[in-house]
Amino acid sequence: MHPIIATLIKRIGLGFVSLFFVSLIIFSSLNLLPGDFVEAVLGQSRTEETVATFRKELGLDKPFHIRYVKWLSAAVQGDLGSTFSGRNASYANQPQQSTARTVTGLLKPRLYNTFFLAAMTALIAVPLSLFLGITAALYRNTFYDRTVNASALATISMPEFFVAYILIICLASIYQIFPSLSNVTASTPFFERVYLSILPALTLTLVTVAHMMRMTRAAIINLLSSPYIEMAQLKGLSRSKVILEHALPNAWAPIANIIAFNLAYLIVGVVVVEVVFVYPGVGQLMVDSVIKRDIPVVQGCALVFALTYILLNLIADVISIITNPRLLYPK
Amino acid sequence: MSKLDNQYSAKDEVATVFIRRTFFQRALITLKKAPFTAWLGMTIVCVYIFVAVFAPFIAPYGEAQIFKDPYAPWDEIHVFGTDRLGRDILSRLIYGARNTMGIAILTTLLAFIIGGGLGLLAAILRGWVDQFLARFVDILMAIPSLIFALMLLSIFGSTAFNLIIIIAVLDSTRVFRLSRAVGMNVAVMEYVEAARLRGEKISWIMGREILPNILPPLVAEFGLRFCYVFLMIASLSFLGVGIQPPTADWGSMVRETGELIQYAQYDITAAMTPILPAAAIGILTIGVNFVVDWFLYLTSGLKDEHK
Repeated sequence: MHPIIATLIKRIGLGFVSLFFVSLIIFSSLNLLPGDFVEAVLGQSRTEETVATFRKELGLDKPFHIRYVKWLSAAVQGDLGSTFSGRNASYANQPQQSTARTVTGLLKPRLYNTFFLAAMTALIAVPLSLFLGITAALYRNTFYDRTVNASALATISMPEFFVAYILIICLASIYQIFPSLSNVTASTPFFERVYLSILPALTLTLVTVAHMMRMTRAAIINLLSSPYIEMAQLKGLSRSKVILEHALPNAWAPIANIIAFNLAYLIVGVVVVEVVFVYPGVGQLMVDSVIKRDIPVVQGCALVFALTYILLNLIADVISIITNPRLLYPK
Repeated sequence: MSKLDNQYSAKDEVATVFIRRTFFQRALITLKKAPFTAWLGMTIVCVYIFVAVFAPFIAPYGEAQIFKDPYAPWDEIHVFGTDRLGRDILSRLIYGARNTMGIAILTTLLAFIIGGGLGLLAAILRGWVDQFLARFVDILMAIPSLIFALMLLSIFGSTAFNLIIIIAVLDSTRVFRLSRAVGMNVAVMEYVEAARLRGEKISWIMGREILPNILPPLVAEFGLRFCYVFLMIASLSFLGVGIQPPTADWGSMVRETGELIQYAQYDITAAMTPILPAAAIGILTIGVNFVVDWFLYLTSGLKDEHK
């Protein structure tokens, strides 16, 4: 077999293994709760009867591995169980369907919103940071390079909500160009949706561009010290040609890694930004559910985030394997 | 000086030239050569520590002292106004330095004790212990830490104690990776082998043979980890699941006064109220970063990437 395929299969297999363990951790986190989980959820007004019914419905009367397999096979089919909200001591008297909403139903529209925001940010941030990183490497140690670097360091150190609030003050309050609340709904038309999401997307862009740009610059400058680049320079090639045609193709692997890493970071940054702008995404849902201690929803959100995170890292690794010329030609 | 003044002694001459400098003299010389950014960083960190330590003497009012008018504007009585409940913002900012930084330092220390200890253990023992720990850490790191922390907080509840433990454990994974990697390089040295053959205990090898040799990268990592933990706790508090009221904390202060931001066009000072704690967080992070950059430069002779 071609070694590149073997490496790819190995890496993808590893990705699935970590997915499996991550799902195991997320599922078993429910069992970490000290004391009786059911009694804690049902609260003060619980009765013997409701506790027993609820426990049976959650399947807590069955052993751990059976519950896990059941949960996982349902999750793979898109069923993440039902939420706790709306469930209380009196729930046992009512039919189940009307009180308990499904986690999947809650997640789906928000997932679309979050991915919309992430995609919008990526569309602005990735080209911008590549441009800034490559030009900073091209004009390194100039005033331009220093300014870009210093402002990047400053934005990295700032918490997301700081950047968000500064943007709100400048662009939503003093100059009322953009709305400070991004309350999009499913029926919001596309362009209005873009308009409403500009401030959150801008915040996320500022936070991620700094990282991506610095790492792109470092990846290219790292390569510039290799002998073949010196050779190209000695041949008399122009600076831009050396960087774009000689250094850049070899920098793709680290750059792909950087981009995927930062998109994964975006997934995390999205939580805070969604809360600031009251953007109805998965992050906001997760925070709300954490405060309400609605654990099935928290698990569902965590699963979605972890899945995206692992997939993005997997894609980055696959790209760096494919673009690695040393693997393309077997010895 | 020698007994005979006319007799030449090489030892004396060397002694007059080579003055052994005390630790403070050496530190002073190093400090004099420090770049501007390092000075700035050190000043920031020192000011923050000073404020945190002497908070009760600096703050004009108590941490949770309530005044009659909520949302008071900036004036002489309340320099930065009051919050929703009528608590003095300046006093809470000052006490916040103590709470926010204290919890972050405690968490980072704990993360280093757990992660550093296990990392060194893995580096020395190798074999299945190393494999098991490394794979376990890989899996933990496959979940974004903020998401993981949110999930665990929802299960255990948001108390300061839980917060410290959860973040310390999640953060110790990165410390583990670093200390394992640098520990591996030292663990194969002859003198470690010699200590092992001498029959030294594992705790001796970890603490006396390897640790002193990997201290510089660990100290630098401590600064960076502190920033990371600090930002993470601030984010969690901002989201309302971190440090709980009435404890004054910068992250939750931003959350509590956040709505004032809409009034920026009428009263810019009111809108600045949530910015103050957020800026306090950001400035400390920048300061620590500057110091760490300089420290890395000093200890590893690490020059900037360019040739």
